[in-house]
Amino acid sequence: MEQRGEPSGVNLAPPDHDLAHQVWKALEEVYDPELPTLSLVELGMVHEVAVADAEVHVKLMPTFVGCPALEIMRHQVERRLREVTDVGIVQVEFVFDTPWTSSHIQASGREKLKKFGIAPPPASFSPTTAPACPYCSAEGAEVVSVFGPSACRSVFYCKNCQQPFEGIKFV
Amino acid sequence: MDDARTHVAVDAQTEQALAEYLLQLADDELAVGQRYAEWLGLAPDLEEDVAFSSISQDELAHSLFYYTLLENLGVGCADELAYARPANERRNSVLLEQPSKDWAYTIARGFCFDVLEQIRLAAALRSTYLPLAQGAQKIQREERYHLLHMQTWFERLGMAGGEARQRLNEAVESLWLDLPDLFSLGTAGNILFKSGVLPLTEAELRQTWEQQVKPSFAHAGLAWRSLPTRSDKNGRLGQHGAALVELLQTFAEVYRTNPVAVW
Repeated sequence: MEQRGEPSGVNLAPPDHDLAHQVWKALEEVYDPELPTLSLVELGMVHEVAVADAEVHVKLMPTFVGCPALEIMRHQVERRLREVTDVGIVQVEFVFDTPWTSSHIQASGREKLKKFGIAPPPASFSPTTAPACPYCSAEGAEVVSVFGPSACRSVFYCKNCQQPFEGIKFV
Repeated sequence: MDDARTHVAVDAQTEQALAEYLLQLADDELAVGQRYAEWLGLAPDLEEDVAFSSISQDELAHSLFYYTLLENLGVGCADELAYARPANERRNSVLLEQPSKDWAYTIARGFCFDVLEQIRLAAALRSTYLPLAQGAQKIQREERYHLLHMQTWFERLGMAGGEARQRLNEAVESLWLDLPDLFSLGTAGNILFKSGVLPLTEAELRQTWEQQVKPSFAHAGLAWRSLPTRSDKNGRLGQHGAALVELLQTFAEVYRTNPVAVW
């Protein structure tokens, strides 16, 4: 069993086991359908990868309980793992053993979010404070709405570059 | 989490009480989530359209989480539990099945419910039933945004005075009659407490709720009123009004056309 995707944002050394290594590499190539530059690994959604006897079991942590993209992600993981490995059984499960929190997003994931025009999550529950603008880096944006176009995002307005932008919620 | 805690309840009596409680949680979320969804396109502004859609999505997802725990316990399949049970088998509080009436009622009810949710979730973190404790860790992090939203609106409507406060007052007067079963645990209370599935009594639930809600009444400029102890119906015992029948008919309309369809 290999555990990664912890909040440190540090890429741990590749696992010894070749198949487990292959699986982790493959998961780095499965992307969030709504944030197509971010992999599930960068999002910190992978709780555990277990390989044994030509079976792969992947445990993912949902970012939000009601994220409608979960089933798509499950299918994408299954398909990708069948493409790159020749194991007979691929099982993908969503678990709540440890809750996914916004601090699970890796450092590279936070950078990619900004490039995508989405502010990375703050370090604490601060719904009345806006993060720095992902376009011009100015502070002091307005909180337009805590609830945004998806469960994980809020909407802000940058008074400096006059752009509306979204940000990932702290959970 | 503490690994010594069980994944399945130990005896039949506890398992039955656990199933009762999970139904209360799931049915509460489903009823209120459906009522929130009715605001789509009709909320006072675009941001509230988005907010209530998002909150509704969360609540329905939380209900699915609890229905899935019931499925794992062998009580029934999650979809059937959500869609196919008649009104007299539902365990939601009658407060949550009422039509949304107006914006003030929606906010006041949402605030009352979200305070309750936070108290229940905080207790669930200490539950001896591990899957409930694990789910609570996640759900609590989402629910606090709901509570903040409802509380902010509640206090602002009151502080605005005029028609806003008047409507809020009328909303509170109306929903107060439906409060008692919000704190009821139906037939399960004693066993839930003794087994540690829910380390909280009905009396503690009501008192904690009162302490947490009261300050917002003061901020909103509303007079506090004592809690009624009895009401006509107790939803935790399957007693409901015509509002729930109507809500379920609407909610399950597509499901009933073809229960095995996948969409």
